[in-house]
Amino acid sequence: MTAAQPRMRPAAGAPGAGARAAGGGRSRARTARQARAVTRNGIGLIIALVTLFPIFWMISTALKPSQEIYSLTPSLLPAHPTLGNFSRVISGQASGIGSVWLFFRNSLSVTLATVIVASVVSLLASVAVARFRFRLRASFLIMLLIVQMIPGQALIIALFVDFNRLGLLENLGGLVLVYAAQALPVSIWMLRNFVATVPRELEEAAAIDGASAPRIFWRILFPLVMPGLVATSIFSFITAYNEFIVALTFLGQAHSSYTLPIYLTYFFSRGGAEWGPIMAASTLYTVPVLAFFMLVRRWLVGGLVAGAVKG
Amino acid sequence: MADTVQREPGVRPAPRPGQPLPRLPARTRAAAFVRRHKLAPYLLLAPALAGITLVLLWPLAQVTLFSFQNYGLPQLTGAAPTQWVGLANFTATFRDPEFWLALRTTVVFAVVVVPLTLVTGTAIGLLLNRLGRKMSAFVAGAALLAWATPPTAGAILFYWLFNPDGGLVDWGLAGLPHWLMGSTNWAQYNWTTTGAVQAYTVLTLLVLWTSFPFIAVAVLAGLKTVPAELHEAARVDGANRRQVFWKITFPLLKPIFLVLLLLSVIWDFNIFTQTYLITGFPGNQNEYNLSLYIYDKAFGFPPSYGLGGALALIFTLIVLVVTVGYVRTSVRQGVLT
Repeated sequence: MTAAQPRMRPAAGAPGAGARAAGGGRSRARTARQARAVTRNGIGLIIALVTLFPIFWMISTALKPSQEIYSLTPSLLPAHPTLGNFSRVISGQASGIGSVWLFFRNSLSVTLATVIVASVVSLLASVAVARFRFRLRASFLIMLLIVQMIPGQALIIALFVDFNRLGLLENLGGLVLVYAAQALPVSIWMLRNFVATVPRELEEAAAIDGASAPRIFWRILFPLVMPGLVATSIFSFITAYNEFIVALTFLGQAHSSYTLPIYLTYFFSRGGAEWGPIMAASTLYTVPVLAFFMLVRRWLVGGLVAGAVKG
Repeated sequence: MADTVQREPGVRPAPRPGQPLPRLPARTRAAAFVRRHKLAPYLLLAPALAGITLVLLWPLAQVTLFSFQNYGLPQLTGAAPTQWVGLANFTATFRDPEFWLALRTTVVFAVVVVPLTLVTGTAIGLLLNRLGRKMSAFVAGAALLAWATPPTAGAILFYWLFNPDGGLVDWGLAGLPHWLMGSTNWAQYNWTTTGAVQAYTVLTLLVLWTSFPFIAVAVLAGLKTVPAELHEAARVDGANRRQVFWKITFPLLKPIFLVLLLLSVIWDFNIFTQTYLITGFPGNQNEYNLSLYIYDKAFGFPPSYGLGGALALIFTLIVLVVTVGYVRTSVRQGVLT
């Protein structure tokens, strides 16, 4: 029962039932209310379980020996759980192009570099749009909104030609450049709101007390904008960690530079699908981010909603 | 604050930005120059603008140029000169029945999936709002996990669930009683290569699984802003649940719905990663959506960046129509203030 529940006292499922409840059968109304609460919780539980099931199945498959995976009557949990699939993925024996750790390291370095570059650049830009009134401010903001919508499939052709010319294909640095720029529009939009909520008076007071500009930035603005930076960092993290089309196109046959999604795709489309090792690799790709997201959940929900829907 | 940010970028043009304290005359002069000409915001924006121009705006301009050229592999390597071909790429595209098929697939998919995800997401958002705190957090947490699963992993996972050899779905369907469509025909049923309808059924479920959480959470956040007094007053006045939703909740959430609708249209129209993996690109051409068709034309064999460019331009223009709606809605909601 939530705090909101008692307010709903006159509530009842069918029209007219409210009047009946108010008329007399108090206990009947309470039973009906409890029945509805139970139904709601039941539906909620089913939704949660159905939603979780694919993830559960991924992990379960990863832990099964192959005769259980291809068994005619699949069982929910592995009867003889094994780490064999994981060890084949880690040794690199399963995919034939290297240990999963290599690709994990590639993905992690690209992602962290993207987060750092995008955070710094978007913080600077968001200070500009939140704190200054200048001529092209509104145009810049609208440009960001539009640019954010340009489909990646449209840009990839020119990006491929350009980065080929620059010699930045098959190179993790090239990916960082593209990902950081792609994360900018949304990051600036999100951070802008956070910068705008920091009261100007705080900074003015510090300035009057003789604090230098960098000091004001680091001691006052930065700590107050920190939650916003966390939210935008999560956003750039997702952009870089999940990105597919650019990495697919840029990395080509450079196996040792593959990021996790491209490694998984290679492994998956190589034919003769070995679902045990593939699910083990998927698990190693997915579970760390899921754990990370559960940890940062508090910032995630608020920040993403604020970024996408200003309500 | 004005002082803060005006001096910060002033550091940039100085000869040695790394050194903190010594007040070099050049540095002060640069700072004064920045202040006098009100350059601070532009300096702060410069890195962002450079990145966006290099990676987003310039490629778009270039794709536009390609679309009127015969740009392909020989031109990329410099083996043959680039030639202007006028509208040839566009006429070739419009003459290709595969293009119209891909366009139809894309539109039909969006028309089916957008309402489905919006209605499901909203219903679950409404449910979350009525659940107890613990249960609500549990359901929202489960949804968050589905949403956070990387698209590549999600698509491969659904491919496995719907796989004819050992996949769980076929086994489940074959085991269902007859009156529930169960039959042994489902055993080894191939969802991904049989045809577009089957492949896009899997894709619909996959997209529903990944995108309902965002909508549910956004709707929930919107519901929290609706004052409880409004509902209470309506209930006291004898409004039933449906009336409360349509007369109070829905109008108040309308701006959120509008943005969610436009975003969903763009996302489902653009979908690439999942279609690439589920249809086993470059597999069956009949299963291409517009994104896959473009990718195939541009990078398939032989690669034609000109043809791909023309398609990319058409695609961007279609998306832009929706984007204009999105931007107008956002501006009207006062996001620029």
